[in-house]
Amino acid sequence: MSVMVVRKKVTRKWEKLPGRNTFCCDGRVMMARQKGIFYLTLFLILGTCTLFFAFECRYLAVQLSPAIPVFAAMLFLFSMATLLRTSFSDPGVIPRALPDEAAFIEMEIEATNGAVPQGQRPPPRIKNFQINNQIVKLKYCYTCKIFRPPRASHCSICDNCVERFDHHCPWVGNCVGKRNYRYFYLFILSLSLLTIYVFAFNIVYVALKSLKIGFLETLKETPGTVLEVLICFFTLWSVVGLTGFHTFLVALNQTTNEDIKGSWTGKNRVQNPYSHGNIVKNCCEVLCGPLPPSVLDRRGILPLEESGSRPPSTQEASTSLLPQGPAPIDHLSNEMPEDTSTPEDMPPPEPPEPPQEEPPLAGRTSLPSWPRPPPPSKGS
Amino acid sequence: MATEVHNLQELRRSASLATKVFIQRDYSDGTICQFQTKFPPELDSRIERQLFEETVKTLNSFYAEAEKIGGSSYLEGCLACATAYFIFLCMETHYEKVLKKISRYIQEQNEKVFAPRGLLLTDPVERGMRVIEISIYEDRCSSGSSSSGSSSGSGSSSGGGGGAGGR
Repeated sequence: MSVMVVRKKVTRKWEKLPGRNTFCCDGRVMMARQKGIFYLTLFLILGTCTLFFAFECRYLAVQLSPAIPVFAAMLFLFSMATLLRTSFSDPGVIPRALPDEAAFIEMEIEATNGAVPQGQRPPPRIKNFQINNQIVKLKYCYTCKIFRPPRASHCSICDNCVERFDHHCPWVGNCVGKRNYRYFYLFILSLSLLTIYVFAFNIVYVALKSLKIGFLETLKETPGTVLEVLICFFTLWSVVGLTGFHTFLVALNQTTNEDIKGSWTGKNRVQNPYSHGNIVKNCCEVLCGPLPPSVLDRRGILPLEESGSRPPSTQEASTSLLPQGPAPIDHLSNEMPEDTSTPEDMPPPEPPEPPQEEPPLAGRTSLPSWPRPPPPSKGS
Repeated sequence: MATEVHNLQELRRSASLATKVFIQRDYSDGTICQFQTKFPPELDSRIERQLFEETVKTLNSFYAEAEKIGGSSYLEGCLACATAYFIFLCMETHYEKVLKKISRYIQEQNEKVFAPRGLLLTDPVERGMRVIEISIYEDRCSSGSSSSGSSSGSGSSSGGGGGAGGR
């Protein structure tokens, strides 16, 4: 007689979440799938700072002031903390509509637009007009089956709708959206300061030591200095420029996505309704405003009967429509402020919608079977 | 039906789910979290309009409180920034505190107002803050009047839904 040992495995909600994210630490950490460039970022920062602390700091602390490595350490720790916060947190992903909700919305759409005959392709975009002094159009997301809130956008790389979508940053390995924009901004700001700091003190170190033992001897003694200076030099141009660009965006309460699309510029466009008109107020709201918690509930436990069903992967929605391979590099070029004027050679954070979004499935009978929620237990 | 008092467990045991109504977000004031106070026709026979509107307005006021930009939120933001956001490992944000208040309010409303009428409110946070989901239960214990009410409600939902879609 065989004895069956039943091990009760707890399934958490993150294991069944649709979209192309990776989760670590049992759902506590959430990132995009492609993490290679993020590891490069980490390596560059850690490597450069290790060299700086190991070589230059020892000399400068003695020759000039012990405050130099202390301040560098503070900047380093702050930028690492904000980098990890940006990379590991939920950018503001909007969970997909459950089947009931999706059916309800489709019913409303059909009632508004009239039923589309079977076999015919429905209109590519369905908009819901609402009045907000100006008319705000809500776009329907075919992947998530929701009407996207204003300023939200669908990230094709992560396959999620993200609130206040800024852009997908391969350097941090995550989308930048409502919940992690301030961390991202503080990261690039502190990284700029750190880069300038390390660069400056490398120059000071080389200058001081060259006076004593000569320039070539200095470089021979600490070859790491050359590497640091090179890395800092190239980082300076990109990161400091990016910081300037994002400072401009924060002051106007705009997102990169809106800036690229030109949502609020041009004579026929409306003014940005989200700006307070005051730079200080805009900065305060974006950087110090209330922080909404994640609505994904990654670590919630799925009931046992739900663990079996798995949402269909939406790979087919995007892989056939978008070039996934060059995307990280293309998005890298998106980081450079001066490159944002050439949108046609790189996919913007949200590529043009018709190729990206699939038409709705015919009728309501073929809705994907997402796990049904348990009957609402009001204990919350 | 008004004389029958259902608590939530009894409701789930004795009733079957007839239909669901989804109260959408109201973006007329921007991206802040507000829900439409428009009364859905499916609830016409189940709950008084005023009670429903009061519930939604109270929820809206809670969300406005959570998202209020003012001195205390700035202070929290600056303090968090100064500690490199490590303080969030041990401290709850103001928003999270208000969300807990909202959960308690919804539970209370379900127990006192909605469950006795065969309805159940789902906390919007469980639906990604997109909708307030109201489940309409058809009570197996009671007579067919409630089932005909909900079936006529679902029949008219496409007409009512069209109105809601246009809004």
